[in-house]
Amino acid sequence: MNTRSNTLPESFGSQGTAPAALSATRPFYWSVRRELWEYRSIYLAPLAIAGVILLGFVFVLIPLPQTMRAVSSLDAAHQRAALAQPYDFAAGLIMGAAFLVSIFYSLDTLYGERRDRSIWFWKSLPVSDLTTVLAKASIPLLVLPMVAFVITVVIQSIMLLLSSVVLLASGLSVATLWTQLELYQTLLGLLYHLVTVHMLWYAPIYAWLLLVSAWARRTPFLWAVLPPLAIGIFEKVAFHSSHFVALLEYRFSGGSEAVASMQGDFPIHPGMHLTPLNFLSSPGLWIGLVVFAAFLAAAVRLRRYQGPI
Amino acid sequence: MTVIEARGLRKAFGTTIALDGVNLRVEEGRILGLIGPNGAGKTTALNAILGLTPYQGELRVLGRDPWNERDQLMRDVCFIADVAVLPRWVRVSQALDYVAGVHPRFDRAKAEGFLAKTDIRRASKVRELSKGMVTQLHLALVMAIDAKLLVLDEPTLGLDILYRKQFYDSLLSDYFDRSRTIVVTTHQVEDVQHVLTDLMFINRGRIVLDCSMEDFESRYLEVKVHPEHVAAARALRPIHERQVLGRSILLFDRVDRQQLAALGDVRTPSIADLFVAVMGNKPGNRAGEVQGAAQ
Repeated sequence: MNTRSNTLPESFGSQGTAPAALSATRPFYWSVRRELWEYRSIYLAPLAIAGVILLGFVFVLIPLPQTMRAVSSLDAAHQRAALAQPYDFAAGLIMGAAFLVSIFYSLDTLYGERRDRSIWFWKSLPVSDLTTVLAKASIPLLVLPMVAFVITVVIQSIMLLLSSVVLLASGLSVATLWTQLELYQTLLGLLYHLVTVHMLWYAPIYAWLLLVSAWARRTPFLWAVLPPLAIGIFEKVAFHSSHFVALLEYRFSGGSEAVASMQGDFPIHPGMHLTPLNFLSSPGLWIGLVVFAAFLAAAVRLRRYQGPI
Repeated sequence: MTVIEARGLRKAFGTTIALDGVNLRVEEGRILGLIGPNGAGKTTALNAILGLTPYQGELRVLGRDPWNERDQLMRDVCFIADVAVLPRWVRVSQALDYVAGVHPRFDRAKAEGFLAKTDIRRASKVRELSKGMVTQLHLALVMAIDAKLLVLDEPTLGLDILYRKQFYDSLLSDYFDRSRTIVVTTHQVEDVQHVLTDLMFINRGRIVLDCSMEDFESRYLEVKVHPEHVAAARALRPIHERQVLGRSILLFDRVDRQQLAALGDVRTPSIADLFVAVMGNKPGNRAGEVQGAAQ
């Protein structure tokens, strides 16, 4: 038997072993890849924003030598505030772009495959509804925060490099800029913010949008927005209270008091004290994750019943 | 081996009954044509078989329960649905990559081979292809999968006759062998008459005719009756009569060929003619008549 199988052409052997060799993660991997093919805005939108930021940064670079001379007389905190502003601005814009894409992607993905009838094609392949929905959920939960982080690292490095070249060319020292920016710490803070807020804290928001996307037969945006609005209005009219609206505000504000102790209004700051234990023990996080799991399970179940619309 | 076995398959959408106690059995190596008017329940039956819709009754496909094991089942089952369902944004190369990535039985080289015979370029997006090319692409993807059951729901809808002929030719010559099973629904019955091994008519959620093509050819005869024999022919209880260019054409079920030959020119009817006879002007009555005859 052994000798015989050795003489078999390779294609035959690989065909025979292929089903066993195909691991459970392969369908997931390819499902994520296909989302990136379909929704190219996942990386194009943050990249476009990054491009615009770099163009705008020229207007920071030109007067940079004067700025450096002006800030040299200030104390450390004000120096930092003056120099880091474009960097914080870039990080915030890219993060905001990624969040916007997350929202529109989550609202469209399960609706879009029903609208263009391609759901029949996806369902004709051996990929479970669970794998498909998890792959789709991983876009706002993992892929977009990571895309935002990597683009921010790259663009901030380019900004720092260009600034250094400009300063050195006009005979100034780069020491102040490099020490005040604390780029490494800022980026670490950004990563922490992305993981705690954009992945974990916002998870139920994405799951709600995915659920609406799996359910709505038309206008998923209205279905996502109007019911919460209606509940808020109903509560206001009927009970003169606004607990539901407060709940949503709490969710959208990013649970900031649990994530870190704040200094100033920008959430990422080298001087901020990260409080991961505080965050991990906040009930808001865990309630949010339970809601996330429930919404996602409902979306998986809905996709099983749904065909083209 | 039995590939599909359904007993008392029922499905209702609100008050509309799409499947009304369907019993069917498809053996390995058959090419079954499921023919019926619009809204007869063809697509619902196929969707139940594919695990795309829940149903009542018993249904096993390749020994599995389709509704609860769709993703497992799809390793051995392929289907092309009634309209082009390939996503319009996908590139041909991406479609190949994706199917190769998720399907353990996909032979990429084989799919590339099929595509090489067409004008489809790897870099094209589906939206840039003609309707015929999209069907060719889908067929190339599906034929490269070593599946046990292939389900085709109106696969050639909207295609011109050349593409349609080519579709069934390549299906028969490059794909079908005795270990595979194909179920196809179509309104273009003339295309499949010589492709099928089995024929099933479905109307109002019920199977009204179920026979092999050998049975079809031996059972049903169509006679272009000489004018002087019309009365004698009618006495043999034809299941359908129509007039063509002033001549009566009568369709008989299980009437001796010799006997009929004396009355006029005898030939095997087309599926379309039998379909008209069975579904006819008064679908309810006619269907009941033939169903009685079929049992």
